[in-house]
Amino acid sequence: MLFHLIITDKTVAQHDHIAELEHQPLVAKGESYGSITEKITNDVLETKTPRSMSVTLAVTSMLLLVFVLAIGAVLLKGPGVWGNNNPVGWAFEITNFVWWVGIGHAGTLISAILLLLHQHWRNAINRFAEAMTLFAVMCAGLFPALHTGRQWLDYWLFPYPNTMGLWVNFRSPLIWDVFAVSTYFTVSAMFWFVGLIPDLAAMRDKSKKHWQKVVYGVLAMGWRGSAHHWHRYETSYLLLAGLATPLVVSVHSVVSFDFAVSLVPGWHATIFPPYFVAGAIYSGFAMVLTLMIPARRWYKLESFITDRHLDYMAKVMLATGLIVLYGYMCELFFAYYSGSLYEMFMMKNRIFGPYWWAYAALIFCNGLTPQFLWFKSVRTNVTVLFIISLIVNVGMWLERFVIVVTSLHRDFLPSSWDMFTPTIWDWGLYLGTIGFFVWLIFVFVRVMPMISIFEIKHLLPWRGRIIDTSADAN
Amino acid sequence: MSDKKTLNIDELRKRLSRGTGREYWKSLNALAETEEFRELIENEFPREASTWGDGYSRRDFLKVMGASLSLAGLTSCVKQPEEKIVPYVKSPEQIVPGKPLYYATAFVHGGYATGVLAKSHMGRPTGIEGNPDHPASRGAADVYAIASILNLYDPDRSQVVLNNGGVSSWEKFGRSVQPLIEVQRSLKGAGLRILTENITSPTLGHQINSVLAQFPEAKWHQYEACGLDNIREGTKLIFGEYLQPRYSFDKADIILSLDSDFIGTGPGNIRYARDFADRRRVSGNTANMNRLYAAESTPTVTGGMADHRFRMKASDVEQFARAVASSMNVEGVAGATDVVDANTLSVLVEDLQAHRGKCLVVAGNHQTAVVHALAHAMNVALGNVGSTVEYTDPVEVKPVNHGASLKELVSDMNSGVVDMLLILGGNPVYNAPADLKFSEALGKVSFVAHLGTYDDETSAKSHWHLPESHYLESWSDARAFDGTATILQPLIVPLYETKSAHEVLDMIFGDSRSDEEIVRSYWLSRSGEAGFEAFWRKSLNDGVVAGTMLSPKQVSAQSVDWKFSVRKGGMEIMFRPDPSIHDGRFANNGWLQELPKQISRITWENVALMSPRTMEQLGLKNENVVSLTMNGATIKAPAWIQPGHPDEAVTIHLGYGRTRAGRVGDGIGANAYMLRASTAPWFATGVDVKTTGESHNVASTQDHWSMEGRPIVRETTAAEFAEHPEFAKHLAHQPSQKESFYAPHEYDGYAWAMTIDLNACTGCNACMIACQAENNIPVVGKKQVENGREMHWIRVDRYYVGNDLDNPEFAMMPVTCMHCENAPCEPVCPVAATTHDSEGLNVMTYNRCVGTRYCSNNCPYKVRRFNYLQYSDTETKQFQLMRNPDVTVRNRGVMEKCTYCVQRISAARIEAKKEDRLIRDGEVVTACQSACPAQAIGFGDLNDKNSKVAKLKADPRAYGLLAELNTKPRTSYLAKLRNPHPRLTSHNDVVSSDHHG
Repeated sequence: MLFHLIITDKTVAQHDHIAELEHQPLVAKGESYGSITEKITNDVLETKTPRSMSVTLAVTSMLLLVFVLAIGAVLLKGPGVWGNNNPVGWAFEITNFVWWVGIGHAGTLISAILLLLHQHWRNAINRFAEAMTLFAVMCAGLFPALHTGRQWLDYWLFPYPNTMGLWVNFRSPLIWDVFAVSTYFTVSAMFWFVGLIPDLAAMRDKSKKHWQKVVYGVLAMGWRGSAHHWHRYETSYLLLAGLATPLVVSVHSVVSFDFAVSLVPGWHATIFPPYFVAGAIYSGFAMVLTLMIPARRWYKLESFITDRHLDYMAKVMLATGLIVLYGYMCELFFAYYSGSLYEMFMMKNRIFGPYWWAYAALIFCNGLTPQFLWFKSVRTNVTVLFIISLIVNVGMWLERFVIVVTSLHRDFLPSSWDMFTPTIWDWGLYLGTIGFFVWLIFVFVRVMPMISIFEIKHLLPWRGRIIDTSADAN
Repeated sequence: MSDKKTLNIDELRKRLSRGTGREYWKSLNALAETEEFRELIENEFPREASTWGDGYSRRDFLKVMGASLSLAGLTSCVKQPEEKIVPYVKSPEQIVPGKPLYYATAFVHGGYATGVLAKSHMGRPTGIEGNPDHPASRGAADVYAIASILNLYDPDRSQVVLNNGGVSSWEKFGRSVQPLIEVQRSLKGAGLRILTENITSPTLGHQINSVLAQFPEAKWHQYEACGLDNIREGTKLIFGEYLQPRYSFDKADIILSLDSDFIGTGPGNIRYARDFADRRRVSGNTANMNRLYAAESTPTVTGGMADHRFRMKASDVEQFARAVASSMNVEGVAGATDVVDANTLSVLVEDLQAHRGKCLVVAGNHQTAVVHALAHAMNVALGNVGSTVEYTDPVEVKPVNHGASLKELVSDMNSGVVDMLLILGGNPVYNAPADLKFSEALGKVSFVAHLGTYDDETSAKSHWHLPESHYLESWSDARAFDGTATILQPLIVPLYETKSAHEVLDMIFGDSRSDEEIVRSYWLSRSGEAGFEAFWRKSLNDGVVAGTMLSPKQVSAQSVDWKFSVRKGGMEIMFRPDPSIHDGRFANNGWLQELPKQISRITWENVALMSPRTMEQLGLKNENVVSLTMNGATIKAPAWIQPGHPDEAVTIHLGYGRTRAGRVGDGIGANAYMLRASTAPWFATGVDVKTTGESHNVASTQDHWSMEGRPIVRETTAAEFAEHPEFAKHLAHQPSQKESFYAPHEYDGYAWAMTIDLNACTGCNACMIACQAENNIPVVGKKQVENGREMHWIRVDRYYVGNDLDNPEFAMMPVTCMHCENAPCEPVCPVAATTHDSEGLNVMTYNRCVGTRYCSNNCPYKVRRFNYLQYSDTETKQFQLMRNPDVTVRNRGVMEKCTYCVQRISAARIEAKKEDRLIRDGEVVTACQSACPAQAIGFGDLNDKNSKVAKLKADPRAYGLLAELNTKPRTSYLAKLRNPHPRLTSHNDVVSSDHHG
């Protein structure tokens, strides 16, 4: 019932708030219902793949092969192909897992939370961000699945009735992870697909080739754009948004429990859940920018994804970046205030130990770089923003590396201390997932409308005044 | 929520359930005709989705489906395998499948026997433990003895007779050797030579001596690469004859070691370690604690136990010994030393003199004869002879100076008088001193036959290679350091076409009897017919021949014409037997190669050990490759910092650089024998150490040597301990059992626990190898060790203590699973593969483990070991025989760790249940505990208040490692004590103990 109230409220509010939009419009002038549908569907159905994108696709396809090879190696030989060792039981694989899950946060945040908060500018980027989320979570899920010694028994991590009469250990944060990530993936996928249905119908209607009509037709699930359909759609979409909202907070909180619940100095910290969630949103927005800035240029989508969008995203990054920086300072303080020999050593080792470069680079990337976003000129400079987004991506990866590896490599008994050195397969799988991810994104923009056609129409300033009959089904 | 719709659905369900089989569809059609159904279908989204089915019918359906599927499965049931199984018609006596039998025999090392009990599972030897009845073992064993089981099953072991490298047979060898023997017979054996290693075997000695009787001109030479020439020459120098010194460390209050590693190497070391540790095991009262002063060159475990350790070059030990002796007014000795200050020297001498008859001076095997003679002279002067030191006849059959003996053989070979050389064991081509050019001389002999367990370097230079039986495959005998003889009995028939030295000699010179006949007939001739069977059975059963211990001899010191060496400056090289692979004979033993060497914790190769200062002066860092040039030969080895090593000196361990050791031992490390001259077998001045600019990765299991001020190894002085007996507990906050929301778990059956006495532990590694053998722990190889993936369930941590990097104290700490009552590994395992059992063991279910490694990350002791790759060799047939059948062989992707030898607990439990009683204290002995020469490990039931372990846990020295994390470890450590002389400040500060809580 609660959601029902929001529905009505939202539908009304959505229409009214358009008028309040300040400065720059969220859709460039001159666009109409018809032109929007035309432009976005044509990008899939008519436009030839831009050359720069073909080149990038070729590169990512090669990385995709590396990805397959790297998975093959670890399945065949075992996690020993990586550089992990006795004190450092987790290294790249968990670093990458947390990194990818973090990246996967922007999608749901943009789609669900911003929807509920009536941030309409999200309509231009939510489809893309959701796709990114899905692909990132796919990459993320792969790492815990591959990191086990006996990957063929991974299904034992699911509580299912079995002849062994064994239940999983519900006390283990890894089990919570399994639930959190799989739930997140399921809900994100549902959310994405439900949101796609009206646009898939538009694609079906615009398709000229028979097979395209069939494929999009099947996926559109018989969408005819009736008021009945729209009503159902709005209800389910909002329900899913409601479902997804707590997940934004829960997934990375649970991921952080993997560390916080343990007793390893550097992991065992109460600040981890909020600190991880902020970091996740931070990295998620950075990744959206990293991907959207080139995509916007290649497909000439400046009229839909305006500088104002970029400005907003940069502001979210700045805010979350500051929370993350606060987290770093808290860690320092906790180590000092704990009075614990081990905690203090951990912090000292992070800053001055053999992995000092990782910590220094992390502070540079995540702590200093986002400070430039205070300036509007930076936030609206596409090139600078792109570079900053890349730096933040690197920084967030380093953060996880620092947490995972530098905490483990020197813990309680100095006799066990050791160094972690990544192998070719560590890098291979990491780069491979990047290849897989970008490849999926490329495939996605070639086969699906990368901007939500019907939702962006809400952003037209004259919406409601001009009735465009050409967009019959939308 | 109209009633109508709800009713409709119920109605539908009822109708549906009435339909059966083919009629089902019909009735569905019929149903579709009803008005309610049409209405339902028209509604795309039934509002009352919640009313859709309570699930029962669906579940019932699934149940039936499941049942029918399983019934279908039954019909395709497989047939029983068609292998023919023939049970024992008559069960062999004593063999109970699954239960091991133990046989007493002896492991012979450097000629000296250590009594062992060999474990046999269904006729397969599977393990070696010490023989409690044997004087050199007292139930303990060293790394070589325990690891020797792996040599038995080594697939690279020599398996057939080789003639010039081609496969041949014993018959062919016999046919080709006989005419030559006939020729020699006519020459009275003038061209016949026999070369052996150090021989204490009475039977073999008897055999060789009868050959020599037949061939009076023939000669028997002995060469042991790491032999005891200096001990023999030392006694000769002062007592005029070769004697065997025998020490009673249990009676010595004050011990002065002159570069002696009596705990780690040499005859009787296992026994000596035990006797020494007995005087370190204090409980509250420190009065009984001994004090060890050690003048030491290359750091050893003995130096690690020292209360005062003086580091000095090996060549400076003589000067130091002279200074001590001269302060004691030993006749004819004068001199001062600059390696220790005058105060230290005078305190040391006073301390020794104050304990006349209760002190001991002992010289190292690699120290010169003069140092040995000085040590004996001091013992005489201190009245120790007859109390802490006794002298007996040598236990060797024919005590000779091995260096001289080999030299004579080489000169005979070079002069062409040797026609025929039988090498019975040993590998002189590899390990003879470089200046003798043994290999070249060997080329001048027209017939060389080499008996050895490996087709090694010497085999390659011999005409015939004869495969030798492993000691667990053959009969023999040998004597211990005190003369006690043991008859070695085989546990298994030779796996390959091998023969023992006895059989080979008898084949060539006798009538090809089996080694059992040979050994038996010798002992028959010795003990006489009467009661022989009983004697034989008892000797075999006990593992010792009663009454064979040598009795002490009266000795009198002669006046010695001391020929002291002139002290030379310059870079000194020191050769030492490798603490893991000895003189190279264990080079193909993976367990020993992977065993971190005592003190340095390096595996898989030898390095050039140097002091921090010397490294600095030479501009070297760890792993920089240096070239060592000596006597015209050059070898390359990576440099390695060894705190406590004397400056201006380099130690290199012997035994590496093998070329024909086998797949494991080939091509690793540097061959230090190339630099070793017969004139200076242990240390020499004038080595040229140069950097090469190359770098070489060294696989060390412990990279960090400081405790970082953490209360890990807790130690104090005996004097402080007397004032604050509970000091160890106060070095860190130990949460009480009450600091929990929950009531502590009650263990009402057994509560297994372990104690490790750091004051007794010497860091000899025996526990590590014993654990490896007992628990089927795989070898991972150098690359994996480099990567920190060694699999040892128990490890020996070594820390350097004190403020002086050049001269620290060593602290050893065996670490294994603590079986924490609040085990951090348990809650984090997602699949509950590691859990707690009702007796407090933290157990691993290998079958359930998927390998997330979370448990290992969360283990503060880092004792969990992960099979990152498929480490266990499940393919090699021989290794399949070797495995302990009571312990699972783990595969890739599984976490493993110490189980407190749960299989031994189970075995004891079965025995106890059969007799309807509780397991007795001491009935369960873990593998590490059983091997420990110092008896530093205690194990038992905490719930039995009278158990040894419960008492040890109550010792004031007991503390829990990292107990401040509230892990409640079941394993406790007993803090280390040092007993420095009150007037000598120990140069090191112990871990700051200002926290008196």
